[in-house]
Amino acid sequence: MTTTAYVPRPAEAASADVGRTAGRRRRDDTRPGLAFLAPFMILYLLFVIGPALYGLVMSFFDTSLVKSGLGKFAGFSNYVEAFKSSDFWSSMWHTVWFTILTTPPLVILSFVFAVLAERATRGKWFFRLAFFSPYILPSATMALIWIWLYTPGLGLASAVVQKFGITAPQWLGDPHWAMWSIAAATVWWTLGFNFVLYLAGLQEVPRELYESSALDGASPWQQMRRITIPLLNRTTTLVIVLQIIASLKVFDQMYIMTSGGPNFSTRPALEYIYDIGFTDYRVGYGAAASTVYFILLLIVSAAWFIQTRRAERRA
Amino acid sequence: MTDQPVPQAPILSRRGFLGGALALGLGAGALSACSSPVGAGLAGSTLNPGTVQYWNLFGGGDGVRMQAMESGFEKTHPNIGLSSVTLAWGNPYYTKLSLATLGGKPPDVAVSHLTRMKTLQAAGLLDEMNPADLARHGMTADKFNKRAWSTALVNGKIYAIPLDTHPFVCFYNTDVCKKAGLLDSSGKLKPLNGEQAFMDALSKAKKVTGQYGAAVAVINETSTPWRLFQSLYSQLQGAPVVSDHGTKITIDDAKALKVLTFLSQLDKTKLMPGSLDYQGAIATFANGRAGFYFQGEWEITTFQTAKTPFSMTLFPNVYGGNNHYAVQADSHTLVLPKDPGRTRAQLDDALTFIRSLLNQSATWAAGGHIPAWLPYRNSKAYAKLTPQSNYAAAANFAVYDANAWYSGSGSDFEIIAGGTIGAVMSGISSPAAGLSQMKQKLSVLAKTQPPT
Repeated sequence: MTTTAYVPRPAEAASADVGRTAGRRRRDDTRPGLAFLAPFMILYLLFVIGPALYGLVMSFFDTSLVKSGLGKFAGFSNYVEAFKSSDFWSSMWHTVWFTILTTPPLVILSFVFAVLAERATRGKWFFRLAFFSPYILPSATMALIWIWLYTPGLGLASAVVQKFGITAPQWLGDPHWAMWSIAAATVWWTLGFNFVLYLAGLQEVPRELYESSALDGASPWQQMRRITIPLLNRTTTLVIVLQIIASLKVFDQMYIMTSGGPNFSTRPALEYIYDIGFTDYRVGYGAAASTVYFILLLIVSAAWFIQTRRAERRA
Repeated sequence: MTDQPVPQAPILSRRGFLGGALALGLGAGALSACSSPVGAGLAGSTLNPGTVQYWNLFGGGDGVRMQAMESGFEKTHPNIGLSSVTLAWGNPYYTKLSLATLGGKPPDVAVSHLTRMKTLQAAGLLDEMNPADLARHGMTADKFNKRAWSTALVNGKIYAIPLDTHPFVCFYNTDVCKKAGLLDSSGKLKPLNGEQAFMDALSKAKKVTGQYGAAVAVINETSTPWRLFQSLYSQLQGAPVVSDHGTKITIDDAKALKVLTFLSQLDKTKLMPGSLDYQGAIATFANGRAGFYFQGEWEITTFQTAKTPFSMTLFPNVYGGNNHYAVQADSHTLVLPKDPGRTRAQLDDALTFIRSLLNQSATWAAGGHIPAWLPYRNSKAYAKLTPQSNYAAAANFAVYDANAWYSGSGSDFEIIAGGTIGAVMSGISSPAAGLSQMKQKLSVLAKTQPPT
């Protein structure tokens, strides 16, 4: 009976070959790599980079949605109009105010709930499901649910508040309350994502740290402050950055729940650009407004990037 | 020495599986391409030839009535399919209609306010209607309300078929007005001609209700204050607020101030307060806490459902005198969005649908609108329809919003003008301050290069 067996090459011959074959492999991998990237790059150029550049060009013309071509050359007048427009700046402020309202709760509450969900011994799956499932709803569904909750007189929100003897405000109809109501709905909706990130981060914390600190006489609060939170720093940074960027891009909730009202008091920057560009047909001016918005977002992201790089170099 | 296990070649490799799935998917796609929306979109073909695609913005009571009329069409024309889509009222509807038309996938027939249809036409988004085609379906100019029809013309060309005129009207509580001695022998409201008679009537009503004379929506509401202002201002024969396609502000300051001062006075004396929002004003009138309610006629169903003892009549002729009665109104029209690929068969189907809606004007008029279709408007059936027929004359004195790219029902113009007027009515601004703020905000729009 003969058997065929795999016989490895002698070591020297192998190492002599490795250099040659490894080099060949590296050069060979570039073309297949680019081929894999190609579908994505083509679509990205066609649908993201291309239109962004076209938008930049459009912003220097009085381009109209309903007229073909670029229209009359306008130089910087679109940008000047954006800077002078009080509607533009108030919509920017609404976006910033929304970010301020939603980011702290979405970071802190998701951490709290993640810690609590981790502690559950029975039915962990239920708590994870309960906190995460709102996140999978599409924005229109979430908006519809909360519109019903906020219905004046008939909605659950008014009913609950009235049980405590307080007159319910017009949740979405009062300019003072509308943004808070939308922020509350958003916190309920997107908490799940940060919750999952924190859950993952909590799994990474070694159990021995808790045991040894308990032996050294640490209280649960000290454990939280000295072990859990510091070890979750990377997760927290990620959560904060993602949350701020996502909040600055808000549109759906306002468009569906209040249409930017009442009296434009909740209109975010993106809805202002939409109203100007698509409803008023003024895409040239809309492109200028969105370029200004893009640059401001870029500045915020760059500032954050530099700050984290500096922090990492220090650490 | 043990044998290394020789791996069996799998019956179906991963590549084989992916290749097979792709082939199957393409094949299935090709087969169903013509009927599925995705396939039709890729192939650029019509989704449902032989069906009329119809878009409207009617919700609430109007929506229910329109659905009844659509069912009526389906019963009388079973061979033509109907696909109807209702979108949110106002800017969302017009934005979607414009973008669908620009993208080459417009509906066959769409509803449009007369004032907004002008902007759509200026943007090149509407197909012109040929009088010969219309005549084939019995729709000739003499069969429509003259004012609505002629206002809808653009340089003598037809772009819209008026369905109705919906003016600003006066609702009055018959019980309250009877107690206040404001009804004549037949139980109808005595005409309130002139400022003094108007304020008199409101004071008498206020004494009876113990709260307000009249209710009107002001808070968080811009259309109503604008319509109220426009009615009174037009009775004074004030020049249009904006002219020349919205590039010039031509409001008559003196006359505008007269109206704003009058409205501010009504709020100060609590005859007609500026502190109610849309639903609050409805509730106040429905519960008899005000004797009068000023709004568009479409709220008739609300009060019929609430079983309020009420009737309706023309908006009071406060400043019009004998010859210059006027009242703010708009009309719903039916338009044909621009579709270069529209065949004659599709055009006929669309016009058949439009004619069917006109034939069912009775259903539509029951919702309060004044029918533009004269065969029904002049009929005995409509005359018997009270209180709707009480204010039918308003269609002949209708003042439409200015023709400008930023104007029309639910437009930026209404929001700006209505916002500043509302501020005066609720006492936040003085009449002079409100007027100057309106002019200043409108001038920003007036100076902007029109996109159409």
